[in-house]
Amino acid sequence: MTTHPAAPPRAAPVDSPTRRIIAQFMEDRVAVLGLILFICIAILALMAPWIAPQNPYDLSQLNIMDGALPPGEVSFGTDMTYMLGTDQQGRDMLSAILYGLRISLMVAGVSLLLAITVGTIVGVTAAYFGGRLDSFIMRVVDLQLSFPAILIALILLALLGRGVDKVILALVIVQWAYYARTVRSSAIVERRKDYVDAARCLALPHRRIMFRHLLPNCVPPLIVVATVQIAQAIALEATLSFLGVGVPITEPSLGLLIANGYDYLLSGRYWISLFPGIALVLTIIAINVVGDRLRDVLNPRLQK
Amino acid sequence: MSQEPILTIENVSKRFTKDLDLAERAARKLGARIAPMTVHAVDDVSLSIRRGEVLGLVGESGCGKSTLGRMVAGLSAPSSGRILHEGRDTAKLKGAEARDVALKVQMVFQDPMSSLNPRMRVRDIIGEAPQVHGLVPRAEVDAYVERMLAQVGLDPATARRYPHQFSGGQRARVGIARALAVRPDFIVCDESVAALDVSIQAQVLNLFAELREEFGLTYLFVSHDLGVVEHISDRIAVMYLGRLVELGAAEDLIARPNHPYTRALVAEIPSFETGKKTYHAIKGEIPSPMNPPRGCHFHPRCPHAHDRCRIEVPRLRDVAAGRLSACHLNDRAA
Amino acid sequence: MSQLLDVRDLQTQFFTRDGVATAVDGVSFTLNRGEILGLVGESGSGKSVTGFSILGLVDPPGRVTGGQILFDGDDLVRGGEPLLRGLRGKRIAMIFQDPMMTLNPVLRIDTQMIETVQAHAPVSRAEARARAEEALVRVGISSPAERLKSYPHQFSGGMRQRVAIAIALLHKPDLIIADEPTTALDVTIQAQILSEVQALCSQSGTALIWITHDLAVVSGLADRLAVMYAGRIIEEGPTAEVIARPRHPYTRGLIDSVPQGKRHGARLAQIPGMTPSLLNLPEGCKFAPRCPRADAACAVEPRLDPSGPGRAVRCHHPHGDSETRVLS
Repeated sequence: MTTHPAAPPRAAPVDSPTRRIIAQFMEDRVAVLGLILFICIAILALMAPWIAPQNPYDLSQLNIMDGALPPGEVSFGTDMTYMLGTDQQGRDMLSAILYGLRISLMVAGVSLLLAITVGTIVGVTAAYFGGRLDSFIMRVVDLQLSFPAILIALILLALLGRGVDKVILALVIVQWAYYARTVRSSAIVERRKDYVDAARCLALPHRRIMFRHLLPNCVPPLIVVATVQIAQAIALEATLSFLGVGVPITEPSLGLLIANGYDYLLSGRYWISLFPGIALVLTIIAINVVGDRLRDVLNPRLQK
Repeated sequence: MSQEPILTIENVSKRFTKDLDLAERAARKLGARIAPMTVHAVDDVSLSIRRGEVLGLVGESGCGKSTLGRMVAGLSAPSSGRILHEGRDTAKLKGAEARDVALKVQMVFQDPMSSLNPRMRVRDIIGEAPQVHGLVPRAEVDAYVERMLAQVGLDPATARRYPHQFSGGQRARVGIARALAVRPDFIVCDESVAALDVSIQAQVLNLFAELREEFGLTYLFVSHDLGVVEHISDRIAVMYLGRLVELGAAEDLIARPNHPYTRALVAEIPSFETGKKTYHAIKGEIPSPMNPPRGCHFHPRCPHAHDRCRIEVPRLRDVAAGRLSACHLNDRAA
Repeated sequence: MSQLLDVRDLQTQFFTRDGVATAVDGVSFTLNRGEILGLVGESGSGKSVTGFSILGLVDPPGRVTGGQILFDGDDLVRGGEPLLRGLRGKRIAMIFQDPMMTLNPVLRIDTQMIETVQAHAPVSRAEARARAEEALVRVGISSPAERLKSYPHQFSGGMRQRVAIAIALLHKPDLIIADEPTTALDVTIQAQILSEVQALCSQSGTALIWITHDLAVVSGLADRLAVMYAGRIIEEGPTAEVIARPRHPYTRGLIDSVPQGKRHGARLAQIPGMTPSLLNLPEGCKFAPRCPRADAACAVEPRLDPSGPGRAVRCHHPHGDSETRVLS
């Protein structure tokens, strides 16, 4: 019951629900800034090979003479300025960060997509068929979620060894359960609505009802969880790499860069750890700001 | 209207059982008196619906009318009994035959909003099933949808819209078009006009009547509103707490209700009496279906209840031509 | 009978994302002590918002933006929340469609009722309990002492609504505003509650505003009717008069739309079209686009003009008395 007048068809109809959501999202300045920041970060990461001053992993481009230069110093060999300083091998930190972002975002993004796919299929199936299948799947999910993510990831990587593919696999295994639970809980609500019964009445195949009818209506909470989880995935990957069980040294992510500089922090060479750290924090903040706004916009209860 | 039944409901019951959870089972082992709870939502109902007729199914909350409607529409399976479509047991059909029979029986739902998928355009809501089942070639779906929209009194240009861009009455029409699009011969209307404003309700009731003429449809019209049911139905079945208590031709049943419960319902049909009305309310609450009274379910509220009503379940039997009623009072009179 | 409530030119607006919706626009009516007014309209007509406005219960983005609500001489609009807080629950009570708007699901009935009594009356707990029991008896609940110990979820819908009505009656209010209180109930239960409310009002002299979409329900209950459309009262008058001789084409359409079993199976009279959006109301008479009688004159909005004793209609082409409805 509400005191609001029933909202009849609008004078100037916004075409699709999606566009309405986008319009609402844009009303929050901070969220828009966050989104712009994230897009910038993503573009920088993607374009790293073209915009980075040097390829930090091409050893021929490195000059050991430039090792551990503070920010703003000019190279001894070339006249290149190291905006963010260099690490002890003489690697330009700016370039290293751009390349590191690329790896961090790639690992998180791929694991996100895989985990969403697995979680969604499992969650929708559990909700749609219900009964014992549902109980079984949800017990597995509960079991999975009752262990700390970092612990599971550490054990898996200890067994599998290092490698980008292995980190991705570990992240998927750690994360699918969140999506499964989210999708299931919203799908169970949607499942009770008449449009699902109507689709069953029309003898549409189960798969079609699950993925064409139910799933699109479960997307909003999924997006919210995905923004939280991608930030977590980035942080988790950084943690694993920092601990030395994540990506190999040949493909260093932000976490590995931070770990590399860690030993020098106390000797005053702060920049080797600090700048990758700032990049990591900015990325996570941008994603979280966007996620918070999405949660507000997509929450049906907060809408009028 | 032929006498041949299009749909037969034979001794259909639906029981919902809430199984004990682990803790309850443990408590039971220890001697606690916990039993799995069973609700007889529909209790041994038999009905046959003739081709082309409108059978109204009325009753109050918990009487099982919607559960019965959902079983007829194939949305849930009876716990016991059979539902026959043109003589074929719908539960025993397989494959293409099962699908064809399923499409023949469609349903129009109560809530015009929740029965339409908010993320689909009207074109897909109506056109999806005919396309998936190959009733209409892919290239002709758009034209087909537009024809369906026109059929239910909507502007064909609205096909590209989403449900939220329609008013309640228009959404109801979309729901009807969706059901019609798979060329059914039988439609279960589950409280299909209950959520609509009075003036819109009249439009939709008229539409149901028109479509029945045009497509030779048969309706099972489920509603709590005897006024509406009486208006549209040829015959009316009255249910109370899962059981069928009276069945008869609409006008006759309203004019001469036999069962005391039907009488009570008839007394509450909306009417515009000028001057203050005196309400002859029947007493008491509707009992919980989880714990129905023994004997005749209606006896605690019945002004004529006697000892036999408290013990023995009255059987549904002929009390006049084409009229069935389940009340012990009829034995007394005889 | 003395006048209890005088609503003058009430305007309530909702400031939404999509524009300003004037849900109640220039509504005026009076109510005497002990009188029952049926406020009738379809969804979006502004009938509920009118009721909420009187009680100052309109939530943002809505707000009363104009007019006066004189309750026993005090202006509730000017007095605002401080004045209303003293009146609500004591002299003016509200019954909602969903009784759970009144009842707290986690508190026992006795806790809720005793608190309500003590909120406005300095009485002991025992005295408050006695009053609560008495109120339950009045709404037809047997063994009240036992019922008081229950939680709301242990009651059926009809019982909950009874308890909500009992709570509304606790302080013997001067005015009860009831918003579709029987709509969600089964017909046999609805009849019980209607008959009880009718009796209670005539015994206690409480005035009642019964807000509903169902003209048939109020036709047997109310002394006077006010029919609303698009935020305006379009017709008002004594119930019997309005029902027997509706002047406004909309009122007539509403009455004829209800299947009454007089002409089984025949086509129902229907009002074409749909309720206009409050954000996009037509110029002139708001009903004109759906009206069979509309012509060029309807481009100017008609005023609510008197049309006979105690009656008023907002229409350029009202039905005359000779056109009595066919009541077979």
